[in-house]
Amino acid sequence: MPAYRDIVRRIDSIKNTQKITKAMQVVAATRLRRAQAAVQATRPYAEKMLEVLQTAGERATEYKHPFLVRREGTRAVMILVTTDKGLTGALNVNNIRAGTRYMTEHYPDQQKYVTLGRKGRDFLVRFRRNVIADSSGLPDRPSIARILSGVAVALEEYTRGDVDAVLLCYAKWISTLKQEPVVRTLIPAEIPEREKDAGPRADYIYEPDPESVLDALLPRYVETQVYQAVLENKASEYSAKMIAMQNATKAAGDFIDSLTLFANKVRQAGITTELMEIVTGAEALRTAG
Amino acid sequence: MKYPLRVVSVERSLYEGEVEFIIANGADGELGVMARHAPLMTVLKPGPLRIQETMGGSEELLFVGGGFLEVLPERVTVLADVAEHADEISLERAEEARRRAQEMLAGTRTLTPAEEVEFQTALAIAEARLRLARLRRS
Repeated sequence: MPAYRDIVRRIDSIKNTQKITKAMQVVAATRLRRAQAAVQATRPYAEKMLEVLQTAGERATEYKHPFLVRREGTRAVMILVTTDKGLTGALNVNNIRAGTRYMTEHYPDQQKYVTLGRKGRDFLVRFRRNVIADSSGLPDRPSIARILSGVAVALEEYTRGDVDAVLLCYAKWISTLKQEPVVRTLIPAEIPEREKDAGPRADYIYEPDPESVLDALLPRYVETQVYQAVLENKASEYSAKMIAMQNATKAAGDFIDSLTLFANKVRQAGITTELMEIVTGAEALRTAG
Repeated sequence: MKYPLRVVSVERSLYEGEVEFIIANGADGELGVMARHAPLMTVLKPGPLRIQETMGGSEELLFVGGGFLEVLPERVTVLADVAEHADEISLERAEEARRRAQEMLAGTRTLTPAEEVEFQTALAIAEARLRLARLRRS
């Protein structure tokens, strides 16, 4: 039987761990709110951009930007968004698994990866996947410039004709309890159709012309989607971390409870043994006397 | 006559309000937009965006690192790549960014075309920022 002191020491150490997990939970909750606000802030730009893209696309019907052309072939580059730090439950594992599985299924010929997030990068490098660019270590509210270099590499692969598609994989935030890995095709780009009852569109003067506007818009459109994915992944990260830390805090509490019970038992057993010894001793003295 | 103007970047909304006149740095040169301007969609080059709430009155300066300008009969929208208020631009930071870009371009390492474009843009943005910051100071 372990010594009573040792168990108490163990309880103290778990209490310290519990304090840390509790603190991490609170921090994650705060950061989650901030991350959600950051996602919200990108909406006006993204919505406007889509609207402009739709109208410009309707104007330049004969013109096919390379980003809109579907290519036969099964080579792809995936932009994989993961977190930089761990303690986020199964978030990254799910993401990486969904991403790599999709790639092997649909693009068996060649798979390249651009990683945004240390966890994904480390995993892919360990399993000798082809990581062609990496922009990890992003702050909570990164400026879009921080992710552009990675996106540029992926777009260049496509423009050069080295791959047939550009994909994006990240953790979609559904609720605090639920995050889901999502794989989306960035290129060839699908511009969602404008709603029919949106009314007639004003016919613009395009300067210099619809084609150049479309040329300039499409890369921005792709970049915006990646940027939004990074921010949304941040929100997912903090949700997952919050829940993971909540569970850890609870588990520590349960552990402390059962250990306290055990410690009491040990102490009681000690007292009982001592009492027995005293009684036996006294009894022995009496019979001897 | 005033019209509603909105300037948004991916990161945040920068300006929202009723204005009479703006001057932007379009692909084909500077252009001014007053109310009842014909519907227009243009690519913007890195440079200042000057906003006058009343024609000829005091000016609000925004820096736009490229983007798009959409003029509709009822409103005007600027989709800015990198946009910031002129007072947020620090001269030192802009200077440093330009130096970095120039070093990269002059470097011995051969650049891929994409990198070259990236640095050229960085350089153009840094220079436009500098011009604007100086304008502000004088």
